[in-house]
Amino acid sequence: MTASLSIQSVTQRYGTALALDAVSLDIAAGEFVVLLGPSGCGKTTLLNLIGGFAEPVSGRILIGGKDMAGVAPAQRPTTTVFQDYALFPHMTLADNVGFGLRMRGVARPERRAKAEEMLALVGLPGKALRRPHELSGGQRQRVALARALAVAPDVLLLDEPLGALDLKLRRAMQDELKEIQRRVGTTFVHVTHDQEEAMAVADRIVVMNAGKIADVGPPREVYLSPKSLFSAAFMGEINQIAVRDGQSALGALVPGTGTLLIRPEAIGLNGALPLGLCRVEDVAFFGTHVRAHVTPLKAPGTRLTVHLAQTLSVEPGAVLDLAATDHLMLEEE
Amino acid sequence: MRLLSWAYLAAAYAFVFLPVVVLVVFSFQDGRLPVPPFQGFSLQWYDKILGNGALMTALWHSALVAFVSSALALVMGFLAAHALARVRLPGSVLLRGLLIAPMTVSYLIIALGLLTTFNQAGISLSLWTAGIGHVVINLPLCFAIAYAAMGDHQKNAERAARDLGATEAQVLWHVSAPMLAPALAAAFFLSVTFSWDEFIIAFLLTRFDVTLPVEIWSMLRSGLSPATNAVGSLVFLVSVSAVVLMEIFLFRRPK
Repeated sequence: MTASLSIQSVTQRYGTALALDAVSLDIAAGEFVVLLGPSGCGKTTLLNLIGGFAEPVSGRILIGGKDMAGVAPAQRPTTTVFQDYALFPHMTLADNVGFGLRMRGVARPERRAKAEEMLALVGLPGKALRRPHELSGGQRQRVALARALAVAPDVLLLDEPLGALDLKLRRAMQDELKEIQRRVGTTFVHVTHDQEEAMAVADRIVVMNAGKIADVGPPREVYLSPKSLFSAAFMGEINQIAVRDGQSALGALVPGTGTLLIRPEAIGLNGALPLGLCRVEDVAFFGTHVRAHVTPLKAPGTRLTVHLAQTLSVEPGAVLDLAATDHLMLEEE
Repeated sequence: MRLLSWAYLAAAYAFVFLPVVVLVVFSFQDGRLPVPPFQGFSLQWYDKILGNGALMTALWHSALVAFVSSALALVMGFLAAHALARVRLPGSVLLRGLLIAPMTVSYLIIALGLLTTFNQAGISLSLWTAGIGHVVINLPLCFAIAYAAMGDHQKNAERAARDLGATEAQVLWHVSAPMLAPALAAAFFLSVTFSWDEFIIAFLLTRFDVTLPVEIWSMLRSGLSPATNAVGSLVFLVSVSAVVLMEIFLFRRPK
């Protein structure tokens, strides 16, 4: 099952600290949305409010058009995958996955069949009688996912579900998570601070900062045309060049006043926006590209990060004529 | 030096266990007095006490009081621990302290206080009143053990259960209690041993139906006999069994 989710001007306070500041967000049924931001940005607070583990100070949350005010977690059409899995250690995997159905009064044989089906869905077929302590971290996370999906929630909430896994396993699980979401069609709301993970799974990324939404959009849009300096920097490395009335440290590059943003990989030997001669300060080979820091000869106080082609071999001290293929100007308000 | 440390170890254990050994050995005395010299092996005293109706009734009473009062103390202690571990109330530190406080009060004082209260309230003394006394001494113990065993791990599992549609009662029954099973079993068996050989409260709060320690005390008034040794050995055997069960539950839990 699946349902839309509407967050309307939700504010949350802990003591005097403002955790969420009038946040509004609409999520379509079946969408995979990632709440992305540094710790303390309010993303987990928002997830807890959707799950019903806390009530907002003001604002409304609607799931499938129904107001969720005062509805306990047990009664909400949501389930959560917790970062620490929170499996029941004294139960078999089948009982873990079937727990929600048991609470709904489903008979044992039916529960068992559904549990087997869900375990197969997450790639753990035939392990129904194992116990959680026999599994690896990645496998436990799969069980937690199967358990949350077994009750066919309208909205699945994922609280940094891959946070405890090592990098390689995390990248593999991302692809699977996306694949499972496509198959079940449930609305997924996923919280993470890892922007690569966000781009790997999300239909839409919501970048959050200090209790507010800094940017919303598909991964491509949020990465290539961010609407704020914060989301530009959080989505990946970016060069920021201050521009005042069309003038910058590197000369006249673009008109207007604000900040010129250029991703490191947009800088190379050819491009529409010439940056002039730059001296190479240091170089490191990254496999997919060569990462270097350069200083424009015109502006000795400026340092740019550039990703050069893998085939280009440069030494520190070399002078290159660089240009940008893509850039973005964020005008000052 | 090495010899000295072994000697010390032997002396320490002898100091602790010699009285028990003497008690058990002379329960097999083939004679009228439980004092040296040992006159030969005999089971006659065991035969005698097992045929003693008053003694066997008292033994049954003791078992009844021990199990019922421990079960009650366990349920109350567990529920209190669960509530105080989960909900942050103003004064929860004070509440916790008050729950554990009876541990510091002597059994004699507790018994006298209850005796006065029951008299004032017009409640006649029975096994029930002794049982209430044992709940008073065992509740703090059960509370402390259950409270110490609760951690974040448990809290998160309970949260997940609630999220999956469990009511509070279902969370307690299906998740909290089973996850704490080793600690709860340990608390229960420890309570059973405390209640089983408790004398002062049982002595002051019972009248016609008495528990085993009280019955033994009245036996002692007519002088020493290997029969009291035999009863004492039986009491000791039951206590040891309860402690062994507790050790098994607490320390042999599966990972």
